[in-house]
Amino acid sequence: MSPEAAHHPPVQGLAHQFDSLEQQTEATTLGMWVFLVTEVLFFGGLFMVYTVYRTWYPDAFAAASHTLDITLGTINTAVLITSSLTMALAVHSAQLGQRKLIMIFLLATMALGGVFLGIKGVEYYSKFVEHHVPGPSFHFEEPQFAAHAQIFFSLYFLMTGLHALHMIIGFGIMLFMLGWTWKGGITADYYGPIEIAGLYWHFVDIVWIFLFPLLYLLGGRY
Amino acid sequence: MASSTVLIPPRHYLNDGYGIASWLLTRDHKRIALLYLATVTLFFFVGGAMAVMIRLDLATPAGDLVTDETYNKLFTMHGVLMVFFFLIPAIPAVLGNFLVPIMIGAKDLAFPKLNLFSWYIYVAGGLFTLYALVTGGVDTGWTFYTPFSTVSSTTNVIPTALGIFITGFSSILTGLNFIVTIHRMRAPGLTWFRMPLFLWSTYATSLINVLGTPVIAITLLLVAAERVFHFGFFDPRLGGDPVLFQHLFWFYSHPAVYIMVLPAMGVVSELVAAGCRKPVFGYPFVAFASLAIAVLGFLVWGHHMFVAGESVYSALIFSMLSFLVAIPSAVKVFNWTATMYKGAVSWETPMLYAYGFIGLFTIGGLTGLFLAAVGLDVHVTDTYFIVAHFHYIMVGGTIMGYLGGLHYWWPKISGRLYNEGLAKLSAGIIFIGFNLTFFPQFVLGYMGMPRRYHAYPPDFQVLNVLSSAGASILGVGYLIPMVYLMWSLRYGRLAGSNPWGAVGLEWTTTSPPPTENFTETPVVTWEAYDYHAPAEGHVA
Repeated sequence: MSPEAAHHPPVQGLAHQFDSLEQQTEATTLGMWVFLVTEVLFFGGLFMVYTVYRTWYPDAFAAASHTLDITLGTINTAVLITSSLTMALAVHSAQLGQRKLIMIFLLATMALGGVFLGIKGVEYYSKFVEHHVPGPSFHFEEPQFAAHAQIFFSLYFLMTGLHALHMIIGFGIMLFMLGWTWKGGITADYYGPIEIAGLYWHFVDIVWIFLFPLLYLLGGRY
Repeated sequence: MASSTVLIPPRHYLNDGYGIASWLLTRDHKRIALLYLATVTLFFFVGGAMAVMIRLDLATPAGDLVTDETYNKLFTMHGVLMVFFFLIPAIPAVLGNFLVPIMIGAKDLAFPKLNLFSWYIYVAGGLFTLYALVTGGVDTGWTFYTPFSTVSSTTNVIPTALGIFITGFSSILTGLNFIVTIHRMRAPGLTWFRMPLFLWSTYATSLINVLGTPVIAITLLLVAAERVFHFGFFDPRLGGDPVLFQHLFWFYSHPAVYIMVLPAMGVVSELVAAGCRKPVFGYPFVAFASLAIAVLGFLVWGHHMFVAGESVYSALIFSMLSFLVAIPSAVKVFNWTATMYKGAVSWETPMLYAYGFIGLFTIGGLTGLFLAAVGLDVHVTDTYFIVAHFHYIMVGGTIMGYLGGLHYWWPKISGRLYNEGLAKLSAGIIFIGFNLTFFPQFVLGYMGMPRRYHAYPPDFQVLNVLSSAGASILGVGYLIPMVYLMWSLRYGRLAGSNPWGAVGLEWTTTSPPPTENFTETPVVTWEAYDYHAPAEGHVA
């Protein structure tokens, strides 16, 4: 322990490298924003691949897209947007220091996320049954589109899979936040962690907002 | 210079806890910098051993030392280890980690735990790659061009790609840490334009790390996934496009060149100012040149594909944008030179490396202009001209800057001085060895010797033997600093807090610094490089 520590009365939640909670909150928020920029570029590579092949093979992409279940996709979109609402409410409760409400809204967000992943699992299962999973057993009903439809489904599984992975990481973050809140670490003076967890969750939500139309709503079906 | 009365401070970061755990679980940015120093040095020597084998094989035209397959693996692993595990992390993770918080008067980086975690990610990625190496290696070249890497190659592409994928997150998180730290942790009074230029270049590098690295991460993930699942993104038989891979790859890997050289430029700015006792000429221009290089670096990747079926239009635009990078680069070179003009120019070791950097970077940069010109580039694509060019930037630039910085800040890091005579000698050996190794390669390339072949026509032997001889001199030059720097840790004279008489916050604290860097948070009331200008009234 450095002798200097004695000069500063300990502030709850303040890490040693910061001078004030305000500086700490600013730094962690900026850190999360920078991380999200990285994430945008990470998904950006896949969106680039998608753009190229959709431009090259519009008909095969439309045909492959039509085999996705639009109803389940729409329900999932609604579920995820609602989870963003509950997350925003959790942040709001944190700002007011309402410990119980924070935990209720975090649990609600996780529950909605669970519903989303469950529905996604059902969709994956039906793709598996229909032999739409890329690989040796891939089969597509319209043979003229088979090769290029496989590229579509490769992108479908990669993009939604990576998105689902981000949601699972989000569950981990929220469990951590639940524990933190339970122990009384989150107060009206120090709610930064909930706020940046919220930033992350909203980002995951926004990725889906782009994925849904790009994957489900192709080819003038509606 | 330090007098014999200098004392080592009673309490500093090196004696604040002993034992393995105090290092492996440390959150002190200075100790993490030393962890990186040990690991990047290890990778440098493993990658260097591959280079030795390559140059030995090329000493004879028949290529009779190793088989062609082994040769392919040697240059691939040399490139992978040197680029991803040495050149990219070297200056930011070692010198940047040590200096960024001290230069801004902070106690640590904004996220110390994340910083330690970054080192573990780096080590994990390195272990993956070493595993790929010892279980048979990989033969795709460090560029992983498809469809060879996804379909044809039978070597360890997946573990190598995953190793680089994992290590990428170390760069991203280190960059994130630096960006947040520089934005939010500066000491009172330390405005952006009072910051040392090393911080500007570190900041610009971090921007590239954060924006570019995720793209190579997803690209290599696609390569690994395509090998397993046969997605067909990059396989023309399945409707994919191999050139798309090249676009994605170079979108990161061209800016990666600036990840390697920008920090070295920052180091050279510090060395030149301290070595000439003058503020860096045109400070804001040098600062903005770093940002300009970072931004322009993202717009030039297409010049790697002039022969890959790129349209003439694209080639013209990429060619012009590539020429533009020369402007901020030249601004820096001119401003360093102008700084030296009428300066008290020193001939101490760090300054020798700075001179070396400026000269070699200039050659590397000017030959880069040759390559930005479409017509000439077609002539020398995939020849030794390219190899010589990028080694002038990466070895002549980055490693010169790294070694110069390491010597300049070594007294701060270790608290002790190294043997100046040996240091000057090895700086000279490195400069001579480097030029003897790589200058003949310009000629070889221009004469048409292709890169990545393990045998060549006997006409090229003289120049190849010169190059191999240079490489052995260069190797000796790199080993000597290992010896005297280690020696100085125990037997070197004590440095005192400011052995160079330099300005900058890092020289106001003890050597080695205390764990919290400063006993009191400094308040900055002076401009960067406040070397006393001519006394008032004195006409310069």
